[in-house]
Amino acid sequence: MMGRGPSVALQRPERLWRRTVAGVPYLWLLVFFLAPFAIVLRISFADPLIGQPPFTPLYDEAQGIQLTADNYRFLTEDDLYWVSYLKSMRIAAVATLLCLLIGYPMAYGIARARAVWRNVLLLLVILPFWTSFLLRVYAWMGMLSGQGVVNKALLALGLVDQPVQILYTDLAVYLGIVYTYLPFMILPLYATLERLDGELLDAAADLGGRPRQAFLDITLPLSAPGVVAGSMLVFIPALGEFVIPSLLGGLDTLMIGRTLYDEFFVNRDWPLASAVASVLVLILVLPIVVFQRFSQLDREAAR
Amino acid sequence: MSRAVEEAGGKTSVNPWENPAAEPFIRIENLRKTFDGFPAVDGVSLDIYQGELFAILGGSGCGKSTLLRLLAGFENPTAGKVVIDGVDMAGRPPYERPTNMMFQSYAVFPHYTVADNVAYGLKKEGLGKAEVKDRVAELLELVQLQDFARRKPRQLSGGQQQRVALARALAKRPKVLLLDEPLAALDRNLRERTQFELMNIQDRLGITFIVVTHDQEEAMTLATRIAVMDAGRFVQVGTPTEIYEYPNSRFVADFFGAINLFEGRADASDPSRIICAETGVVIHADPLAGQTLPDVLFVAVRPEKIRLSREAPAGEGVTVMHGTVEDLAYYGNHSLYRVRTDQGKLVQVSSQNTHRSAELALEWNEPIHLSWPRDCSVVLTE
Repeated sequence: MMGRGPSVALQRPERLWRRTVAGVPYLWLLVFFLAPFAIVLRISFADPLIGQPPFTPLYDEAQGIQLTADNYRFLTEDDLYWVSYLKSMRIAAVATLLCLLIGYPMAYGIARARAVWRNVLLLLVILPFWTSFLLRVYAWMGMLSGQGVVNKALLALGLVDQPVQILYTDLAVYLGIVYTYLPFMILPLYATLERLDGELLDAAADLGGRPRQAFLDITLPLSAPGVVAGSMLVFIPALGEFVIPSLLGGLDTLMIGRTLYDEFFVNRDWPLASAVASVLVLILVLPIVVFQRFSQLDREAAR
Repeated sequence: MSRAVEEAGGKTSVNPWENPAAEPFIRIENLRKTFDGFPAVDGVSLDIYQGELFAILGGSGCGKSTLLRLLAGFENPTAGKVVIDGVDMAGRPPYERPTNMMFQSYAVFPHYTVADNVAYGLKKEGLGKAEVKDRVAELLELVQLQDFARRKPRQLSGGQQQRVALARALAKRPKVLLLDEPLAALDRNLRERTQFELMNIQDRLGITFIVVTHDQEEAMTLATRIAVMDAGRFVQVGTPTEIYEYPNSRFVADFFGAINLFEGRADASDPSRIICAETGVVIHADPLAGQTLPDVLFVAVRPEKIRLSREAPAGEGVTVMHGTVEDLAYYGNHSLYRVRTDQGKLVQVSSQNTHRSAELALEWNEPIHLSWPRDCSVVLTE
C-alpha cells in the first residue's frame, strides 16, 4: 500500500497536465481558426447590406432565418472568380515545380556535403528569414524595376537595348514566390535525403547500377516523402498568396488572394468575399488531406 | 608451414596456397589507403585462391572494412593494386567489378519486394524477364525464402533480411563474394545455423568468399585461411590451426582465445631452456628454426594444453610449476581453473570433463602441479 500510494496520487495531476498540454493547441485552433471560419462561412450565406455590419443578420424578427446561396451562385456566373482560382492554382503549381527543380539539387548537395559544411549551408538557406518578408519583396521591386539592377545588368551586357518590363508581370510573381518559398522545399527534402542510408547506394552500385540509375532507382523513390512534404509547404501558401502578386504582379495577375482583398476592401461585399474565402479553404483542404495521407503511409512504411 | 604438403605426399589435392605452381585468383599487392594522411590500409599484400573462404580478422578500426571496400571498388587505393582473375581492377567502379558484397547492415532496398531486391542486379545486367524470374526463384530457394518473394523487407526478421542480402549478392554469380561481418547481427542460434549455411552455399557454388569479421570464433569455423589484421597491416596469415597453435606474436596469440604468456629469456647454452622471469622456472620449448631470440621473449601456452596433477609429473622436456587453485568454474563440458603459482603468477587452465565425475575433484586453495610438454610451448619474440 505504501509503495502504491504516492504513484496513484501522482497519476491524477499528471494526467491532467498531459490533457492540458495536448488541449491548449486544440483550444487555440478552435478559438482562432475554427470560430472565425464559422463566422466567415456564416457571412458567405448572407446578403450584402449598406450598414454596420455590411451584411444581413442570420435571424430577423420579420423574416426568420435568412440564408442565401446567391454568393456561391455568383461565383460560378462571373468568370473573374474562376479565372482567379485557376490562375492561382497554375501559378502555385508552376512555382512548386520550379522550387522542386531548384530545391532538389540544392538539398541533395547539402546532404552530400561534408558534415562541417552542412550546417553552414543550411544556415544560408534559412538566412533570408532573418529579414522581414515584406522588406524582401520591396527589395525585389527595386531590383526588377526599369532602373533596377536586373535591367542595368541586362543593358550592360548588351542583351537588351532598353529596359524590359519585368516588374508587374507574371514573371516577377514567379520570381517572388519561388524565392520566398524555396527554403520550405529545401528543408524537408534535405531531411529525407540526409537520412538516406548511403550503403543502399553502395549496394546499388555493387549490383551494377551506374550512378544515374542508382539515383533513379534508390534515391528518388526513397526521397518521395520529402518531395511531397516540400511541395505541400510551397503549394498551399502560394495558392493563397496575396502580398507577392499585389506588389510584384500586374493588373492581369489575378490571384485569388487579390480578388478576395478587392471584394472585402474595395467593393465592401463581405458575403461574396466570404464565399470566395470558403471555396479557397476547400481547395486548400484537399491537398492537405492528400499530404496527411502520404505522411501516414510514410509513418507506416517506417514501422 | 610445409607439413600439409608432406602429409599430402604425391596426391594432387594440395592446398593451393601451399602449391607454388598454383595461380592466385585474387592478388593484392602493396595495397595502401590513407584518409587525410592517416593510413587505414598500410601496405597489404595477399594471394587468395579460387574457392577459398578467406577471413580477414581484426578489431574495430584495424582497416579490415576499408580493405573490403577497396576490393569492392567503393574506395580507390592510394597505392598498390588489386588483380582479380588476371584483370587489374585499377580505376574500375564497383558496377564493373566481378565482385558482389553482402553488407553488414544488409542494405536491403526498403521500397522493393524481396524478389525485386534479388532481381536488381540481374535487371541491371540486362537479362530477359523470364530468365530473371527463373534465377530469382532459384536463389530464393537457395536461401529458403521462396514463400517471401512478394514481401517488403520491413515485414521480415533480421535473419530473413540477411538471407535476402545474400541471395541478392549471389544473383549475378560473382567471381568473388565479399561479406562484411555476416553473422554479427544474428543471435547465437541463428549464427551457428547461418554459418553452416554459408559454408554449404560456398561449397556448392564454388565462389571465392572473403569474409571480414572481428570474431575469432567465426573466422576459425568458417575460413580456409585467416589474415589477422592490426593497424592496417597483416600480422599473420595462415590456416585456423596454424594461427591458433602457432601464433607469431603476442597480439595474435591474445586475439585468438585465452592464452598464458610467460616472459623470460633463453638459456645462453641451450635455447630450448627458457628461464621464466616471473617464476624462475625453466620452461622447455622448441624455438622455431631460424628464430633469432632476443633478450626478452615470451612463451605462450594455451590453457587446454596444461595438465593439473596432485603428484609432481616427471619426464624429459616437461615444464612443471607448482601453485594453488585460486578459482574454478564448471562449464559442463569443460572446467576452467585459475592457478596462482608459488611465485605469484596467475595461470589459466582448462580441462575437458571427459568423465562424469572428474578424476581430480579439485577444491579451492588446493595445492597443485601444472605441467605441459615441450611442444606445447610457443616461443614468441614479438
